[in-house]
Amino acid sequence: MLGVGAYRTRSRPALGAVLPVPISEMTWQLTDEKNQRVRPADWIDRPVMVFFGFTWCPDVCPTTLSDISLWLEELGAEADRLIVALISVDPERDTPDALAAYVGNFDPRILGLTGTADEVARAASEFRVTYRRVDKDDGDYTMDHTAGVFLFYPDGRFASIIDFHDDRRFAVPKIRRTLS
Amino acid sequence: MKHLLLAATLSLTASAALACETVTLGDLSVEHGWSKVTIGAGRPGVFYVSISNVGATDDALVGISTPAAGMPMLHETVVKDGVASMPHAMSIPVPAGQSVQLSPGGYHGMLMGLTAALKEGDSFPVTLSFEKAGEVTVNVEVLSLRAEGPDCADAGQ
Ligand SMILES: [Cu+2]
Repeated sequence: MLGVGAYRTRSRPALGAVLPVPISEMTWQLTDEKNQRVRPADWIDRPVMVFFGFTWCPDVCPTTLSDISLWLEELGAEADRLIVALISVDPERDTPDALAAYVGNFDPRILGLTGTADEVARAASEFRVTYRRVDKDDGDYTMDHTAGVFLFYPDGRFASIIDFHDDRRFAVPKIRRTLS
Repeated sequence: MKHLLLAATLSLTASAALACETVTLGDLSVEHGWSKVTIGAGRPGVFYVSISNVGATDDALVGISTPAAGMPMLHETVVKDGVASMPHAMSIPVPAGQSVQLSPGGYHGMLMGLTAALKEGDSFPVTLSFEKAGEVTVNVEVLSLRAEGPDCADAGQ
C-alpha cells in the first residue's frame, strides 16, 4: 500500500481518480485460456494492454475486443511485444474453455484470463477496476464493470486509459507511446 | 464449377441484401438489422438496427419480439464514471425528422433465451413495435463477433 500511495503522489492523478498499481507491484495470479497460470512478473519488460469484461456480455465486450483487434491490425508487427489481455469479471461462468472459445473470434494476440472469485477480485482491485453482479428476474445475471482499456509501459508504470467511447484516432497513438 | 460459383455469388448477394433492405411503416423506415454470432444458446444475442422518421410526429420504439429468443428486450449501454451497465430501455425515442441507431455501445436489442445459437450467415425476423406507427418486421442478418455492422452500398452504417 505504501508503494501505491507514493506512486499516486508522484504522478498527481486527476481529482478523484485512482490509478492502477504498476504491474511490477501487482500480486494477482490468474489462469489463461490455455489453462496456464499467469503472474504480473510474466509481463515485465513488455508493454501491456488490459481490459475487464465477460463472455456473456453481448454489446460492450465484443465491441471493445473488435476495436482492440482493429488497433492491433493497424499496429501490425509493431504490437507483437504488447501483452493484450481480457480479464473476466465473471469467473463463475468464464472458465478457461469459455474464454478460449470467445477470444478465438478476435485478434490471436488477445489472451483471456480468469480465476477464482478471490483471484479476480485481487486483480480488479490492483487495476482499480470495479464490477458488480446484477441479478435479473429470471435467475440470470449480468455484470456491470469498468469498461476502459488500461495501458502500461514495459517497466510496469501505468500509461493511460482508452475510454470506451474514445475515438480510434486517439487509441492507436496512446498504444504506440507504450511500445517504444 | 460454374454452378458452384453462381450459387456462391447468389448467396452472397442475398445475405448482403438482407441487412441492407429497407422496410417502411408510414413515416418510419427501418434498415440495417443485424446481430452477432453467439457461442452456444446460453449467452444472450444482440440486435442492432437503424430507424428513421421522415414524418412530423414523434414516435418511439417500445418493444421487440422474435421467434429467435424467448425474452427479447430493449437495452441501453450506459458508461458512467468509467463503468458500463445496460439498463432496460422502456422506450427509445424516434423524434420527427430524425434517425436513431441501435448500434454497438448504445441502444440495442438484447436477445435472452435464444432458441438456438446464432451462427454467421443465419438470419431471423425481428418485429419492432412503435408507440404510434404500430408493428413492422425486419430480417436480421447474423454477422461475426468482430463485425461492426453490415456492408451496405448506401453506407448508412
Ligand atoms: Cu444488453
